[in-house]
Amino acid sequence: MNDSNLLGGQLLFAIFALATCLSAVAVVVSQTVVRMAFWLVISLGSTAALFFLADADFIGAAQLIIYVGGTLILLVFGVMLTASSPYLKIKSSPGETIIGGLLGLLFMFAVFSSLQGVEWPAPPTGDSAVTAGSPEGNTLRPLGLALLGARPDLDLHDGDTLSTGYLLPFEIVSVHLLVVLIGAAYLARAKRKSAAPAEGLES
Amino acid sequence: MMLAAQSIAGFLEGLVGDTFSGWGIQHVLAAAIHAVLLVHAFALSPFLFIWLERKVSGRIQDRLGPTRVGGLFGWLQSLADGIKLVQKEDLCPPAADAMLFKSAPYFVCIASFAAFVVLPFSSGWVAVTADCGLFIILAVLSLEVFGIIMAGYSSGSKWSLFGGMREAAQMVSYEIPLAICALVPIVAAGSLNLGEIGGMQRGGIQNWFIFHDPFTFVAFFVYFVVATASCKRAPFDLAEAESELVGGFHTEYSGIRWSFFFMGEYASMFAVCGIAGILFLGGWNTGLGPIDELLYAARNNSVDSPIGSYLANVIGAFVFVLKGSAGVFVQIWLRWTLPRLRIDQVMTTCLKYLIPISCFLFLGATIWPLLLATATQRSSWTPEPLGARFAAEVQEAETTEAFERQALNDGEEIQ
Repeated sequence: MNDSNLLGGQLLFAIFALATCLSAVAVVVSQTVVRMAFWLVISLGSTAALFFLADADFIGAAQLIIYVGGTLILLVFGVMLTASSPYLKIKSSPGETIIGGLLGLLFMFAVFSSLQGVEWPAPPTGDSAVTAGSPEGNTLRPLGLALLGARPDLDLHDGDTLSTGYLLPFEIVSVHLLVVLIGAAYLARAKRKSAAPAEGLES
Repeated sequence: MMLAAQSIAGFLEGLVGDTFSGWGIQHVLAAAIHAVLLVHAFALSPFLFIWLERKVSGRIQDRLGPTRVGGLFGWLQSLADGIKLVQKEDLCPPAADAMLFKSAPYFVCIASFAAFVVLPFSSGWVAVTADCGLFIILAVLSLEVFGIIMAGYSSGSKWSLFGGMREAAQMVSYEIPLAICALVPIVAAGSLNLGEIGGMQRGGIQNWFIFHDPFTFVAFFVYFVVATASCKRAPFDLAEAESELVGGFHTEYSGIRWSFFFMGEYASMFAVCGIAGILFLGGWNTGLGPIDELLYAARNNSVDSPIGSYLANVIGAFVFVLKGSAGVFVQIWLRWTLPRLRIDQVMTTCLKYLIPISCFLFLGATIWPLLLATATQRSSWTPEPLGARFAAEVQEAETTEAFERQALNDGEEIQ
């Protein structure tokens, strides 16, 4: 999104940024669990829209499919299965509100101060072998190559250090997810002791 | 219908002049034109398919279906229905959570409308060309469930709640085989860009990805079953289940909000069938080699004969819509032929059969090119030209990196 594109780029950015922040506040303020989920969907969806505006298609779609399509639907599904009354209300005492607000402010201060301390590198100009000639927003191919271990976007003469791409972190995350799956299956498995007499009775 | 975004923007840039060009007015206007065209595609597909549903169901049950409104075949029936639905009272039950209840239909509509944004109707006739178009479409279509669940939960009725819960359970399971089956032709294509995938199947029916290898052939049918389930169409329409749940998630809805659910449903039926058309059935290519080549030549000759290029794209869009509509027709046919499954049968079908089958197909599709390459002594068996391009890119990236590493090492030695 180039800077001259005032109406298209910056106005939309402002709208979606506002939607992200306001619905994030609404998540905290609202008392019904499903309303919180609704505002969370708006907030996360607007974040995905911000990614799309920044020409990061892949991360935007991943944001939608993982957080909105996956996590939130599981969350609402869990609420529906476990809630004792149809509209479960969560009421917080004034003390909890104060403590929560203080923690939130503290966290915001920490994030803000660490953001101030970062020296942001200039955005990559994309004149390498792979990204050259491809229109904006096509981040998929460089990402895929980086996941395979090749980093065509790095220019070694520019002082970048050599990197093996994202192969190792990707594999570590995969193994981590596998461990989580096995752990979940272990915790949720049917107990053999209680199952055995039932089978005995049937036979 | 849809021209490329750049051309509209470029045309308007000349029109608007320098005064406003800094504001990006031409981009906004181009986006508005695209949006209006897409809204029409989105609104007209339910209009057509609801009429088709009534007509086909009538014929299957040995009735005539609608015959009165609009003369021949009652083709204006959907418009009459729409006018009736707009006039109806917009009810909100006192037990419902009003805000969620009222916004849920819009969620369903927006999600299935957003899928049309990256769906190419012909070569280059797409509102947004995205490198990971298929991924975006799958992500956006998965949002539709949330609207259904919200409608079921916020209605304050146990029928709706049951419908919403069934939909959630069903969709959480069916999204997995849907994504895996969509990946099988992607392995053959080597791209997630729907425009590129469609273009690669030019030159005859043998180039369609459904006939690429045995795994894609089976994957098409598995995909179609899963896509039918993901649109909550019979025999998988447990979320509605009129015989047990009154109307399921939409029990409490009336008037235009009720019809929004069905607009979303029919539009997403067309969207998933369109994806099937692009991934497996050649997209906008006719499947007849010589005609395809002729159209391809006419399409690319936009400088000399813009009208010919435009007409070639119109024919392409017509072929694509025909393929998508044929898919929708089969879904309607299935609905009026097969009885509804029980919820446990729906879950069994997915978890015990469709997921293992799709995993096997995916594995087979990845091994198949290696086997073929070994058997035929060729270095690679990926389709031209994209496969070759991809291999070249990887090689280029690797050689550049190796070269630069070498250069760095040399430099260090000299120092």
